[in-house]
Amino acid sequence: MKHTLVARVMDQPGVLNRVASLFRRRAFNIESLTVGHTETEDVSRMTIVVDTAKVPAPIVAANLRKLMPVAEVVDVTHLPTVDRDLALIRVRCAPEERAETASLVEIFRARIADVAAESVIVEVTGDEQKVNGLVDLLRPRGIMEMVRTGKVAMVRGRVAEQRPAAGASHAHAAAPAATH
Amino acid sequence: MQRTGAQIVWECLTKEGVDVVFGYPGGAILPTYDAMLDYSVRHVLVRHEQGAAHMADGYARASGRVGVAIATSGPGATNLTTGIATAMLDSSPTVFITGQVSSKVLGTDAFQEVDVTGITLPITKHNSLVTDVRQVARTIREAFVIARSGRPGPVLVDITKDAQQAKTEFHYPEVVHLPGLHEPDPPDPESLAQALELIAGAERPLILAGAGIIRSGASRAVVEFAEKAGIPVALTLLGIGSFPQSHPLCLGMMGMHGEAFVNHAIQEADLLLALGMRFDDRVTGNLKSYAPHARKIHVEIDPSEVNKNVKVDVALVSDLQAALSALTPLVAARQHDEWLERIAAWKKDTRSRDILHRDGNGTLLAAHVMHDIWRTTGGNAVVVSDVGQHQMWEAQYYKHDDPRTLITSGGLGTMGFALPAAIGAKMARPDAEVWVIAGDGGFQMTQCELATLQQEQLDIKIAVINNGYLGMVRQWQEFFHDKRYAATPMLSPDFVKLAQAYGIEGHCVGSRQEVVPTVEKVRGSGRAALVEFKVQKEDAVYPMVPSGSDLHAMIRRPAEAGTEVRS
Repeated sequence: MKHTLVARVMDQPGVLNRVASLFRRRAFNIESLTVGHTETEDVSRMTIVVDTAKVPAPIVAANLRKLMPVAEVVDVTHLPTVDRDLALIRVRCAPEERAETASLVEIFRARIADVAAESVIVEVTGDEQKVNGLVDLLRPRGIMEMVRTGKVAMVRGRVAEQRPAAGASHAHAAAPAATH
Repeated sequence: MQRTGAQIVWECLTKEGVDVVFGYPGGAILPTYDAMLDYSVRHVLVRHEQGAAHMADGYARASGRVGVAIATSGPGATNLTTGIATAMLDSSPTVFITGQVSSKVLGTDAFQEVDVTGITLPITKHNSLVTDVRQVARTIREAFVIARSGRPGPVLVDITKDAQQAKTEFHYPEVVHLPGLHEPDPPDPESLAQALELIAGAERPLILAGAGIIRSGASRAVVEFAEKAGIPVALTLLGIGSFPQSHPLCLGMMGMHGEAFVNHAIQEADLLLALGMRFDDRVTGNLKSYAPHARKIHVEIDPSEVNKNVKVDVALVSDLQAALSALTPLVAARQHDEWLERIAAWKKDTRSRDILHRDGNGTLLAAHVMHDIWRTTGGNAVVVSDVGQHQMWEAQYYKHDDPRTLITSGGLGTMGFALPAAIGAKMARPDAEVWVIAGDGGFQMTQCELATLQQEQLDIKIAVINNGYLGMVRQWQEFFHDKRYAATPMLSPDFVKLAQAYGIEGHCVGSRQEVVPTVEKVRGSGRAALVEFKVQKEDAVYPMVPSGSDLHAMIRRPAEAGTEVRS
């Protein structure tokens, strides 16, 4: 199955390389990986979706925690989260089809970000299911180009407010035995 | 006071209490070598950087202190890598300092430039590139803290030449802030209770003792626990020395070349208590049929090792000393006489096949050499073995009672490890009797370090077990490749003359009678000596669990000349 891990890492050169190298070396399978700034200067946040068919998520997380620039790793798979994926989709679209395409993407609360002679760029944000739904719908019209950011996730409500401060990740360190 | 980055390197090493570094100079590390002359840290000039890495590793394994090696950029650094990987696989606390081309030309394929932090990323616990003199002290301080902490390992610091030359105020940070550095947790009370319950319910328990015991300094604690709980102990290769082999509860080595009765005991046990070991494939054989009747408790400092190879029932993720000091007072005092008797019965069969009770029919058997060196040294030597058949015979026939008396490359299996690692070990423990035991193949990989040994006037004894083959590979060819000996017969130099060329006394032994007198003679000399033992050419290490086979499906030494017996 797929697990979503959220890692808080030091914003310094080579961190992404360390994470990628770890996944390559241990043959962990990355579905998607996003990195971005956070509320704290010098701290970046990675959302890593990993296929755990071969290696259970606690072992992936335990390996990530061994990297020196990694402050915290939380497996949010079974926590209530807001998760979002952004896609830009260039879809074939003759001038006379524009109105229809516009109303179609409207249903997904997506929008047309650019218009060219024979195509439009559709911009959609949502959880993976929603983005997949729109992609499936647009595919018959002819998707010429697509880019997706991969998932970012944030834990909802109270659970998140109780999250320990960065660095105090010890509570997670003993977890691997419990879940598998 | 302003100091150069190069001076700061030595200031840091001095602050860390480093008394010796192993290294080889070159262009990009030259400023650091120049500054060295003003500091009292001893420098050992090696003949190849791989040797420097193994020396630092051997120093660390013999003493528990951080071993340090220095090399220049490019080829200097790449030559270190085999030694770094060796230290990584066996969790040896080491710090490697390499020079790098100037920051102005980084990334331009400058002369002797190579991406050292890139190359060593997967074989270090951590590494850093330093381009700013103000980061030299902090980075080296961090390297030492990381190398020692938790599960130890190698850390590399790559410093550009301009960062070595530039000046700054020297300040050595006592406290370091690294998000990924976790102090080991105390053992979880709930898991402790579960572990105690499993131990209380076990009729056929077995302790699997690994290198973590030695790293943690927990040997005494393991003896106390095992004695109170009445649980016999099996050793991994790197766990040899963690529990005294003369102890009545000690069974001996497990795994691919472990004693057959020890592997039987694992397969019949109803509880395995794994202490500081990682269920390596050489220890488990086929995972599907491994210890099928046993519940498993894993006491391990590195959470990423838990459930990696073997699914366990209870994990105590903790330092071993902490776990045992919580377990021992609460564990019930017990005897497992019936279980021990069953094991003893299997042991009888092993005894009857033991090569020690056989005659070499005019040839010298390597196992006899190990046994005789053990007897003659009273089991008190620090033995540094290389990799191959002799390594297994050493593990089987030299009985170690104390931690840090067997130093060997277990995880990576690095041929050429022994001689340089022994130089490091002798520097760490000058009063110890240090023996190198190496095969004719591995010894030739790093024999250039004989010059280093002699230059440092070290009293190290070297046993070269010469069978004229790459013996372990030949054994696999014999068992699994129809005796097609591709590239395993090997020509060697005259080892006696080779030793003499370096100013080291050499002896050659070809019969059993000469073994003890020769060993005694070289022990008394107070100087380095090399003894070549010309042993039977096509002997094999028994028993053997073929790679990936069931642990109980061992190839045993034929009962007498004739058919092979499988148990």
